[in-house]
Amino acid sequence: MTEPWWIGLIKAVVIINVLLLAMAFTTLLERKLLGRMQLRYGPNRAGPFGLLQPFADLIKMVRKEAFAPMAAIDVLYVAAPAFSAFTALSAFSVIPFGEGWKIWKWHVNGVVADVPISLILIFALGSLGIYGFIVGGWASESKYSLLGSMRTCAQMVSYEVSLSLAVLGVVLMGRSLSLVDIVDKQIDTLWFAGPQLVGLLVFMIAGVAETNRAPFDLPEADTELVGGYHTEYSGMRWGLFQMAEYVNMIVLSALAVTLFFGGWEGPWAPLGPLWFFIKLLLAVSVFIWIRATLPRLRYDQLMRFGWKVLLPVATANAVITALVIAAT
Amino acid sequence: MSPQPIESLKGFAVTFRQLFRKPITQQYPEYKRPVYPRFRGRHRLHRHQNGLEKCIGCSLCAAACPADCIRVVAAENTATNRVSPGERYARIYEINLSRCIFCGYCELACPFDAITLGNEFEISEYSRDDLIYTKDMLLAEPIKRVPVADPSLFDTPIPYYQEHS
Repeated sequence: MTEPWWIGLIKAVVIINVLLLAMAFTTLLERKLLGRMQLRYGPNRAGPFGLLQPFADLIKMVRKEAFAPMAAIDVLYVAAPAFSAFTALSAFSVIPFGEGWKIWKWHVNGVVADVPISLILIFALGSLGIYGFIVGGWASESKYSLLGSMRTCAQMVSYEVSLSLAVLGVVLMGRSLSLVDIVDKQIDTLWFAGPQLVGLLVFMIAGVAETNRAPFDLPEADTELVGGYHTEYSGMRWGLFQMAEYVNMIVLSALAVTLFFGGWEGPWAPLGPLWFFIKLLLAVSVFIWIRATLPRLRYDQLMRFGWKVLLPVATANAVITALVIAAT
Repeated sequence: MSPQPIESLKGFAVTFRQLFRKPITQQYPEYKRPVYPRFRGRHRLHRHQNGLEKCIGCSLCAAACPADCIRVVAAENTATNRVSPGERYARIYEINLSRCIFCGYCELACPFDAITLGNEFEISEYSRDDLIYTKDMLLAEPIKRVPVADPSLFDTPIPYYQEHS
């Protein structure tokens, strides 16, 4: 079961690159899908079907001048976006994407880091990632940024509670905090999307809020705030924030797939990563679909919904799951 | 207003349905929507059939122009150099299209229908100087870049006050 350390290193490099590529094309997918849902085409000028659009965007962002406010606190201002992107990327390392293979004489696990508490690790990294947004907004020394980061702070802290509680039912059913074990358990029994339907719904809603996406995109809220916490950012620093947001979305989709839809398990053919990818694509599309459909919530609605609806439902779900498991 | 979860879910069906419909976007540089026959685009200066310019350099268009974008300098016609049928002709006729608002007042002010607004709207340039159109440019036959709709489709019916008179 153990593998030499350098295999993990190779896997980490591969996964990070695949993840960044997936992130780039998620932006394209989002714009295409949003466009189609609004009877538009979306980007179709750069390359065939607009496939080169992500690279065009990247070149544009890298070449743009990254100016900074005079009063900004330099070190934190520069470090915040990189920190956000780092935590977002590293969270993916504990998500299993395959069964594990035997290549020549080494065993290769289907996960970069098989940690026994991987679920807690993901939430810990997610909570750390919030600091990137908060510190970035605060270090800009701008009132819009500060307001934006205050909103980010309040929203993410509120919804993280529901997010973790929604997962609790799965943890109880899987009897493990390791994502690998949870997937194995689902293969043995059934996908947790069935018995944990309420948990899945709460997880998706809280996940949308956690990744700052519409209808919970109040931290950015371009029609109310100037741009939220990244008002004073430009160029690739802004790009890193955007990257963190999209990678967070992918990680949350991957987490939803892993926890509720059997991870890399497929109905036929032992093609773990492919099934994982297909499920991931569908989950990301659902995120985009939500964005295309629902209007943004007002701030008080957001808070009321988080604390008075989502949290009790998540708690009840966890308690009932615990009781049922204790009874059987 | 109380939350309406069912109505919100119906919204998801609406957005999903659009995926299977053809986008209504008109892909502009490939497809050019025909402009109306009376569309007010770039100006044109006209000639009589015998080749003389219709413009007599009276500067009424310049006076009527609210954007002050027309400059006319007139000169006397002579027996050896006859440019227009009247006494004078426009020696210099310039329209600064970066100022023009395409209102068509010059067209109305002109006593000889020498200036009209054409159909062209693709007149962007890299430099502002290139947007100052001289008399030669305005007199020249424009390159047909914009499709124009069939005028008969847009012929207005005879107004009632003409019908009953």
